[in-house]
Amino acid sequence: MGDRRAPDMLTLDAPEDGGLRYWLVGFNPAAKLLAALLLGLGLVPAVDAVTGGVVLAGVLLLLPFSGIDRRTLLVLGGPFLLMGLSNGLVNYLYGEHGAEGALGAAVRLLAIALPGLIAAVSSDPTEMSDGLVQRLRVPERPAMGVLAALRLVPLLADQWRTITLARRARGLEAGRNPVRRITLFFGRLFALLVRSIRTGTLLATAMDARAFGTGPRTRARRSRWRRADTLLIAGAALLLAAAYTLSARLGTLVLLFS
Amino acid sequence: MAETHGRTARPGARVELSGWGWRHSGRGEYALRGVDLVVEPGERVLLLGASGAGKSTLLHSLAGLTGEDGAISGDQEGTLLVDGEPADRGRGAAGLVSQDPETQLVMARAGDDVAFGPENLGVDPGLIWPRVHEALDAVGFPYGPRHSTGALSGGEKQRLVIAGALAMRPRLLLLDEPTANLDPAGAALVRGVLTRMLAETEATMVLVEHRVAEVVDLVDRVVVVEPGGGVIADGDPAAVFSGHGRSLADQGVWIPGNEPLPELSPAPGGGALLEAVGVAARTPFQLGVRSAPRRVVLDGVDVTVSAGTATALTGPNGAGKSTLLTMLAGLSRPHRGQVLPRGPLAGADRRPLARWPARRLARHVGTVFQHAEDQFVTTTVRDELRFAPLRAGMGEAETDAWVGELMERLRLTRLADVHPYTLSGGEKRRLSVATALSSGPSHAPDVLVLDEPTFGQDTRTWTELVELLGALRAEGRAVVMATHDGLLLRHLADARVRVADGRAVYASASAAREAAAGRRTRG
Repeated sequence: MGDRRAPDMLTLDAPEDGGLRYWLVGFNPAAKLLAALLLGLGLVPAVDAVTGGVVLAGVLLLLPFSGIDRRTLLVLGGPFLLMGLSNGLVNYLYGEHGAEGALGAAVRLLAIALPGLIAAVSSDPTEMSDGLVQRLRVPERPAMGVLAALRLVPLLADQWRTITLARRARGLEAGRNPVRRITLFFGRLFALLVRSIRTGTLLATAMDARAFGTGPRTRARRSRWRRADTLLIAGAALLLAAAYTLSARLGTLVLLFS
Repeated sequence: MAETHGRTARPGARVELSGWGWRHSGRGEYALRGVDLVVEPGERVLLLGASGAGKSTLLHSLAGLTGEDGAISGDQEGTLLVDGEPADRGRGAAGLVSQDPETQLVMARAGDDVAFGPENLGVDPGLIWPRVHEALDAVGFPYGPRHSTGALSGGEKQRLVIAGALAMRPRLLLLDEPTANLDPAGAALVRGVLTRMLAETEATMVLVEHRVAEVVDLVDRVVVVEPGGGVIADGDPAAVFSGHGRSLADQGVWIPGNEPLPELSPAPGGGALLEAVGVAARTPFQLGVRSAPRRVVLDGVDVTVSAGTATALTGPNGAGKSTLLTMLAGLSRPHRGQVLPRGPLAGADRRPLARWPARRLARHVGTVFQHAEDQFVTTTVRDELRFAPLRAGMGEAETDAWVGELMERLRLTRLADVHPYTLSGGEKRRLSVATALSSGPSHAPDVLVLDEPTFGQDTRTWTELVELLGALRAEGRAVVMATHDGLLLRHLADARVRVADGRAVYASASAAREAAAGRRTRG
């Protein structure tokens, strides 16, 4: 009797039902990515708080449908929130537009970053790569390579833990000396690098052994583009247009080079 | 449909090597040279040889991985033909299964992974899924095709790897120690799959396996190769073993009926050195989307480690043996409970082991990790061994004398200036044990903790290791090891702790003897 479920190693993996309970998960990842790109690029010219705020509000409404749990959102969204706040603070202290400009800068950064984050997190990596290759014509080799590498991320985390324990076993510990702490950190990083190169080589060999790169591939999975996917992109365009219109009507619209 | 019957209908490939040799790039010596060998379609061959004899290289070459644009670079001489063509041209004719399932699965979901090979071969998309289901059935995969590959045990992963090879409909099956990384239950599962599969297919098979007894029923021919040379024995398994068994065993090959017999002094026993009291452990924190929450793998575990005693932790993979070991070694902090020093060890520091400074810990408790590379911290074998004694304050001359003696004892002398990473598997293992011991003869660690110390070792290294551990035990030191190795348990284990379902239970001595007897009759 082997253990049925070894501790779940693959953290970037979708649950067996594909997470279909969540509305946003059902879209083609390529469509989500395009919609996020559209919102992100569309917000570059506008630096006021209202335009960004409308988009941000619209995107926040989608959050409950994305299947992202609170911890993940905090861990992945935290850095962006921090970035947005610090961006706002710097603008407030040194910017020419005072509190209003600062709020605009913070909101804009969040509104640009959040759609991409949701698109990435609400998509299964396999479907994302299928979508990229089949819908957006991304070359196959890098897409497959990235996908295979994602599988190794949890393995890498395990190796890092082991290396850290092994250093303690050999009597290597920084204690309170900061210089020593840095040199030891790089020693561990090097050991991890060696291990991960080894793992990567083995995986590449295994892929070659399964005839990867010998000729034209066929695809077992079809990345389907439904009408809903087109509508998602249209919805993103609509949200953007609404944000600009509202901001212009209220007289709050400030463009980047104005 | 013809397609569904294809697997049984396709005849095996014919393999022909003449004057074949291989030298890894950057090496002076050939791994194999002058190999002349013909394997007829449908033959099942067991390839044997001392460790470092280039068996894996031969399999990789047969899989077409060593050609001009192959994954493995080096110099080839002579010819290697699969069905009359150089192997690297007919890639896809061969299906390769290697040791470590972790680095052979490409995709996140089981079905996608099996489909990966057929996709690469350009199989019509409509025919891929029937093949995938057939292959999953053939290996008795217990879950659906959407099951996450990350949530499988080692044995299940390896079965999936075999399914991935089968779905390519190979005419040549190449198996490189397919059960080496698995626990006994997982290994038995995979052997069952191989037996069934070989009965159904006509594919030619070449198998590399150290533990001969476990696979001898699967093959009808044994070929022995010599490091740096060619074929030295070839024929019916019984004939090869009776003619060459002794010399093969001396070279380190595990031959049925020729298992090593280590010379061990009896265990002196002694008082407690370490005590785990009500220890609990959780899975490590995982960063990621939809990652499993931390869960408790061990709870309320009490273990006592005594001087002059070898304590073995057994149990299935993933049950928490390694976790318990790192806590006993003072490397990680238990979630609840404590690991406390007892007796003379408490004289060094009374605090729980996890709070000891690393330097003190290293002097009293030595740890040998499963992957030897993890614990190397310098760039040469000599420096690796000098590291601990110099830090412990031993003088230069004394250190050099002790390091010289250690290297002599573990046959590492000629490798003194080599980088530890470039050593062979057996050499790495010997060095990793030596580093844990190298604090010096007068103060070798009181407790030696080892994770799967004999894993994947040939008989020579195995015997040396077991005798070394026996000698340490005779000196009154405590040995704690996690292991699946039945032979090691039989020879060295004085106390057995079975770790399973979050608990650690002491096995009684009589139960242990019965288990050993059962293993003997099976082997």
